[in-house]
Amino acid sequence: MYAFNYHRPDTLEAAAAALAAAEDGRVMAGGQTLIPTLKQRLASPSDVVDLATVPGLGGVRREGDAIVVGAMVRHAEVAASAEVRAAIPALASLADGIGDPQVRNCGTIGGSIVNADPAADYPAAVVGLGATVRTDRRTIVGDDFFTGLFETALDEGEIVVSVSFPVPRRAAYVKFPNPASRYAVVGVMVADTASGIRVAVTGAGDSVFRVGAMETALAGNFSADAIRNVAVSQDALNEDIHASAEYRAHLVGVMARRAVAAAAG
Amino acid sequence: MAENGIGASVPRTEDHRFLTGTGSYTDDSNLPHQTYAAFVRSTHAHATVALDTSAAAAAPGVVAVLTGTDLAGDQVGSLICGWVVTGKDGEPHKAPPHPALAADTVRHVGDAMAIVVAESARAARDAAELVKVDYTPLPAVVSMRDALAEGAPQIHAEAPGNLCYDWEIGDRAATDEAFGRARHVARLDLVNNRLIPNAMEPRAAIGDYNPATGDYTLRLTSQNPHIHRLVLAAFVQIAPEHKLHVIAPDVGGGFGSKIFIYQEETAVLWAAGKIGRPVKWTADRSESFVADAHGRDHETHVELALDEGGRFLGLRVETRANMGAYLSTFASCVPSYLYGTLLQGQYTTEAIYCEVKAVFTNTTPVDALRGAGRPEATYLIERIVDQAAHDMGIDPAELRRRNFIPADAFPYPTKVALEYDSGNYGLALDRALELADYNGFAARRAESEAKGRLRGIGLSAYIEACGIAPSQVVGSLGAGVGLWESGGIRFNPTGNVLVYTGSHSHGQGHETTFAQLVSDYLGVPFENIEVVHGDTEKTPFGMGTYGSRSLAVGGSALVKAMDKIIAKGRKIAAFSLEASEEDIEFSGGDFKVAGTDRSMNIAEVAFSAYVPHNYPLDELEPGLEETGFYDPANFTFPAGTHVCEVEVDPETGTTEIVHWVAVDDFGNVINPMIVEGQVHGGVAHGVGQALLEGCAYDADGQLVTGSFMDYTMPRADDLPDLTVETTCTPCPHNPLGVKGCGEAGAIAAPAAVMNAITHALGTGAIDMPATPQAVWRALNQ
Amino acid sequence: MSVNVSMNVNGRAVCGEVEDRTLLVEFLRENLRLTGTHVGCDTSQCGACVVHVDGRSVKACTMLAVQAEGAEVTTIEGLAQDGKLHPMQEAFRENHGLQCGFCTPGMVMSALDLVERNPDPSSAEVREWLEGNLCRCTGYHNIVKSILAGASAMRGGS
Repeated sequence: MYAFNYHRPDTLEAAAAALAAAEDGRVMAGGQTLIPTLKQRLASPSDVVDLATVPGLGGVRREGDAIVVGAMVRHAEVAASAEVRAAIPALASLADGIGDPQVRNCGTIGGSIVNADPAADYPAAVVGLGATVRTDRRTIVGDDFFTGLFETALDEGEIVVSVSFPVPRRAAYVKFPNPASRYAVVGVMVADTASGIRVAVTGAGDSVFRVGAMETALAGNFSADAIRNVAVSQDALNEDIHASAEYRAHLVGVMARRAVAAAAG
Repeated sequence: MAENGIGASVPRTEDHRFLTGTGSYTDDSNLPHQTYAAFVRSTHAHATVALDTSAAAAAPGVVAVLTGTDLAGDQVGSLICGWVVTGKDGEPHKAPPHPALAADTVRHVGDAMAIVVAESARAARDAAELVKVDYTPLPAVVSMRDALAEGAPQIHAEAPGNLCYDWEIGDRAATDEAFGRARHVARLDLVNNRLIPNAMEPRAAIGDYNPATGDYTLRLTSQNPHIHRLVLAAFVQIAPEHKLHVIAPDVGGGFGSKIFIYQEETAVLWAAGKIGRPVKWTADRSESFVADAHGRDHETHVELALDEGGRFLGLRVETRANMGAYLSTFASCVPSYLYGTLLQGQYTTEAIYCEVKAVFTNTTPVDALRGAGRPEATYLIERIVDQAAHDMGIDPAELRRRNFIPADAFPYPTKVALEYDSGNYGLALDRALELADYNGFAARRAESEAKGRLRGIGLSAYIEACGIAPSQVVGSLGAGVGLWESGGIRFNPTGNVLVYTGSHSHGQGHETTFAQLVSDYLGVPFENIEVVHGDTEKTPFGMGTYGSRSLAVGGSALVKAMDKIIAKGRKIAAFSLEASEEDIEFSGGDFKVAGTDRSMNIAEVAFSAYVPHNYPLDELEPGLEETGFYDPANFTFPAGTHVCEVEVDPETGTTEIVHWVAVDDFGNVINPMIVEGQVHGGVAHGVGQALLEGCAYDADGQLVTGSFMDYTMPRADDLPDLTVETTCTPCPHNPLGVKGCGEAGAIAAPAAVMNAITHALGTGAIDMPATPQAVWRALNQ
Repeated sequence: MSVNVSMNVNGRAVCGEVEDRTLLVEFLRENLRLTGTHVGCDTSQCGACVVHVDGRSVKACTMLAVQAEGAEVTTIEGLAQDGKLHPMQEAFRENHGLQCGFCTPGMVMSALDLVERNPDPSSAEVREWLEGNLCRCTGYHNIVKSILAGASAMRGGS
């Protein structure tokens, strides 16, 4: 990797200040995407600001009808959290399927969603469960957070503090992993929430997206059969050696039906 | 059976250091005043290049930046191919120059152009990026079809039409005649997918030069340190053999990829001489992907002619084999003598004809990878047999049984130059079917169908030629070396033993197996035996480890050395016990005077040999140390049947292997635990080829599967527990009766998986790797 | 930029000067000469470099040395006590859970984290857990067997 200056601030303000002062600063949360990127010399930030010792970014807690997960909470903590497992088992199971155990021991929810990898799992949870993202400046609705390929609604230097997931009536996440990287080729979160049915798809497009036709069909009849004939357009879906757009479109249907079946119990 | 002798599953001696993190792999060593190398590699598949190294040379910590021009100026020789294959036209294959650093033309992505030597690895890497390369792109040919097309861009002036050779084996006329008599002809077009070896330890090398003596030392990841020394001395000519010391310390897997003499170790050794300091290079995995020789990569049309009873009359094979951009060290023999000669399989096929075009493309060179030619042969035979079974409505097991070479027909001369020495194919098949509950398959399929799953069962009755190889045979076929092996036994005065072998262990467990052999044979306690390998200054010249040869050839060499030890010991005992040599019997480590209770243990004999105070020196030499060289009379022929059962999810195309049975005939077995482990690993490699691993280039010659992010390695959850058994027909021509086990799994597995999948899918129109997408497409065509 | 890092490795307080960009695995291998932790890839997937940091298994190639400031680090060299192999190491030896040995330290360290969380894992759970550890030699069969045996030995308190 290229040389950079490493910072380990003790407060959110100091982190923001370090970022602001840097020529090209990058935040490091768990580092599980950033460090591989740096090792491959695909990025050359002047400064890396590690949030590890910033207080207030940890912890999983119940707040009313929501589960609030601190930005620096690791995937393994979410997967093991009794609070999460009781309230939103789909979220625990999603976290338990990210990367591998060592990635889950370091990688964080904040790092994952800020990176906005089109094949990451968490975006499906943020959008599919209708979450809101709290930053050091504001609150962003989950539906508005992901704006494109590796793009989010965050402003320059804005730091995610926590993610709040409303507890759904029922939900499930099913993914079809890339056989090599084990990222999602297609991952679908289906949730029956207070604000309606949500179907969010990660891995298939530039960014996580919802499938309105499925949501409508499921609102009337929450069963796999209800969406059996809902076709997903392959236009604008990703293509790579592991999956064509056509195959991805097909998998969206299969994963969605399996998620519905799992959520319906 | 002795506790640690032949036939015992002795835990491995080498494991303690590996388990405690105290092994010594190449990258674990550092030498005083060491420098670090990074390579500047081509990002184009085909281009002429001009390099400006001035900025790199001026960068902090840089010691030297050396290019292909510097290399040519020092008259460093080309890398070589050590086996000259002669084509149909009687001409030798085309082996264009392959410089360790390309001077003006690059021919594949990753082709090395310059070596940057610096005070740290980071400084070397930083500076390598400062070498300015001016590329003038040339048209690249990536596929074999394009390379052979009329008017295709030429990769080497020396190889018109990008053809390395057009080779044949077998009897064309007899095969045509057999097809004329056929009741049915089965046909298939098959791709044997290109694989990237990916031993877990990346390649590494540390070159060192001593200006006081003119001695060079190369410590590297090698399966055959003596071959590295020979090639670098005799052909590349960096130093004469006696001035070059090659050490292959602990090596983290090879699978063939660490046989070859590559650009990097050559450049590192030469650079060490230039700068007079040690130079170390360790590959990043990304470099391994483009710079380690790849494997397989065949396209084949195969036809099998059968009579009305399903007997195999003729086999016709037409193959294109990809050599990549240059001819790697043993590349030429893989799709010819290690491939065409295996097309008899386990069957009595009456006539066989095979032709192979070896083709240059602008891709990474291709060479031997676990199995090397034999997996490709087995794959096409076992696929076409299943296709024929399907076409003719005959059970695949029954069709095989009808065509097996009978157990009483050995030695069996094949139609493709080999003579099989021993085997019992029906026995292995029957046992495999029993273990796989072949007869219960229909019920299991029904259960799967009830769950909406497809189920299939596939067989692979493979054969391989191992114990490579009789020097006379390979010499007559163009090999530049003999393929014997050496073994040495040195008794120390205190009675313990050093065992020297020219073979090399990089996971196979020689330190244990060879010690078991010596312990059993000489009656020396296992713990008093140390196996020494991997160092050209410690061991006698030897050919190294590949082709499942170490025990069959290297172990046999040790037997020859031990026979000499016993003969010498008998003389010493006869003298010491005042008996005649003829009356001395050796057993269990004791030399005994027949019919008496007078005896001497071999440790006492050794002590006496080094303290010869009263020896009759004109009759008896002091010392107890002997070396044996063993050149096999024939190849060995491990064979067996593997059965794979799969369940396919038709909605996603995902294949799950639900059961695996391997029944292999390896002849005699020294350490069953190690043999089973070799089978497990081979099967995983073959399953990887069949389901997961597919090297892909884009149309410009960029490697699309250039990291573990895109190239799928088998993981623990891709595989089931494996049921492994052996049968035994001892090899009749080596003293141990052993055949070799290292490659069997990789040879057998791909066909077993694919036959199971085609059985599940009801279509043979699918190639490896049978990824979920490929299976889904096959189901939805 | 260079900084001083200090941490506790295998029960011993250590420190050293590193560049900010130095990876934990580089610090272990180069500064401390603990070469049992291996590097088998550059995309953080092979798991040959797995060590424990504050009790959790992590990939030492995907953590900066400076991130481990003040941490408790355990490497493969820290397992055997008084010349006696840890039960998990012993299980790998008895069950032929290794061949070339290169992936082995990472396998053992990863296995110990699994057993810490799940003292009696099933074969399927072991296979799933090993998602981040690649082996080219063994076909995993004997690795799984070793981990099950190691877990059993650890439950038995041996």
